[in-house]
Amino acid sequence: MLIVGELINTSRKAVKEAVLARDAAFITELARKQAEAGATYLDVNCGTMLKDEKDSMEWLVDVVSRAVDTPLCIDSPDPFVLDAGLALCGNGQPMINSATLEAARYQTVVPLALKYGAKLVALCISDQGMPEHVDDRAAIADELISRLVKDGVHIGDIYIDPLIKPISADITQGRDVLEAVRRIMTGNPGVHTICGLTNISFDLPERMQVNSAFMLQAMACGMDSYIIDITNRKIAAAMLAGSAIMGHDRFCRKYIKGYRSGIFA
Amino acid sequence: MNQKIIDAMAGLDDEVLMEEVQAAAQSGVPAGDIIADLQKGLDIVGERFAAKEYFLSELMMSASIFNEASGLFCGGEEAEGASKIGTFVIGTVETDIHDIGKNIVVSVMKSNGFRVIDLGVDVPAQKFVDAVRQYQPEVIGLSCLLTTCFEHMKRTVEAIRTEGLDKGRLILIGGGPVDDRTVAYVGADARCETAQVTVEKAKEFLGV
Repeated sequence: MLIVGELINTSRKAVKEAVLARDAAFITELARKQAEAGATYLDVNCGTMLKDEKDSMEWLVDVVSRAVDTPLCIDSPDPFVLDAGLALCGNGQPMINSATLEAARYQTVVPLALKYGAKLVALCISDQGMPEHVDDRAAIADELISRLVKDGVHIGDIYIDPLIKPISADITQGRDVLEAVRRIMTGNPGVHTICGLTNISFDLPERMQVNSAFMLQAMACGMDSYIIDITNRKIAAAMLAGSAIMGHDRFCRKYIKGYRSGIFA
Repeated sequence: MNQKIIDAMAGLDDEVLMEEVQAAAQSGVPAGDIIADLQKGLDIVGERFAAKEYFLSELMMSASIFNEASGLFCGGEEAEGASKIGTFVIGTVETDIHDIGKNIVVSVMKSNGFRVIDLGVDVPAQKFVDAVRQYQPEVIGLSCLLTTCFEHMKRTVEAIRTEGLDKGRLILIGGGPVDDRTVAYVGADARCETAQVTVEKAKEFLGV
């Protein structure tokens, strides 16, 4: 199970302030906290810094690389920012968040994945727009996977994000995306699927309930990677229980360790 | 005695355990001594399980890493042979096909140094009798989960006793609904609530 810690993101106010003030201690603590909670990758996103995004990215990657041994997931819509961040990544194979099937983005981001030997998050978006339902999601995913493999990306480095939409606006979205995950995972052996949890529960009360239920249902459909706040106890506990049920946790060892650490209290 | 091996086995610290066992074997420590330390560690695991400090999956894990560790210096089969303290024949009685509890007992008895003959599930009385005659076990285990199978447990025990195969042997029963009245009804020697109790009763009987 690949767990990408999502907290180093300047869309969060405290992180933005820390980046503006170049407060390395704050970022270091945030990185360590996530790594200790079980993050296997740390997402670094400073997309809200606009003109200062590249400098901010370089500073963040430098600080986080020193703070922890965890590899980084460089997250930006701007290929120049991605390149700048990737160039400084020191902690093992980096990850890129993200490419899409849109011609402009595909042509600029995929060469970076090859250049740095990075894992690549590929969003199910094409030049025709965002998918609505199961068939178009699975079709975009299949095309993304076959093109990426043809262009030299190892299938095991591809993380398809099926594009999660809120169930509050369209009640069929949860079921559709779960079915798409099942199809993508069974139709493309070796590929990974990944997503964040926040979209699914948009504008519902007690979002954490929906987020954690969705995570477990996606897991049952084969999803093996998540961009989450692993420092959240409820999410971390659900992740441990779900992994054990899926058979990824030999002798329920991590689950019991989590219990002993007090995470379920 | 190597305290590091005992502690790593008791603490289920498999990485440290494999390193220590490898190092001990390479420096010429006799296999029997390493096995003895591993078993001391296992005894502590059993105590912690009995005290509810350890969970069932940790008891299962202890059996697995014991096998892995002993395989490091004398290969799986030999390790079993080297550590054999007695023979145990076990099966789920006729008309019952539940095997989760039985399999736990099999793993834990093996890792505690017993040669285990697992007859499987839905085992007729005659098959128990034949196995006892063939393997000459000191301890016999009958398992069931269904109360409707007590009758078959009783018949199995009777068959073993009628053939005179019970002499010098301990007949244990176990399974969810088994209680002291069951022991009396089927004519067994004792019941085991957990796999660890099976180990303790068997060792006590053997005087080890």
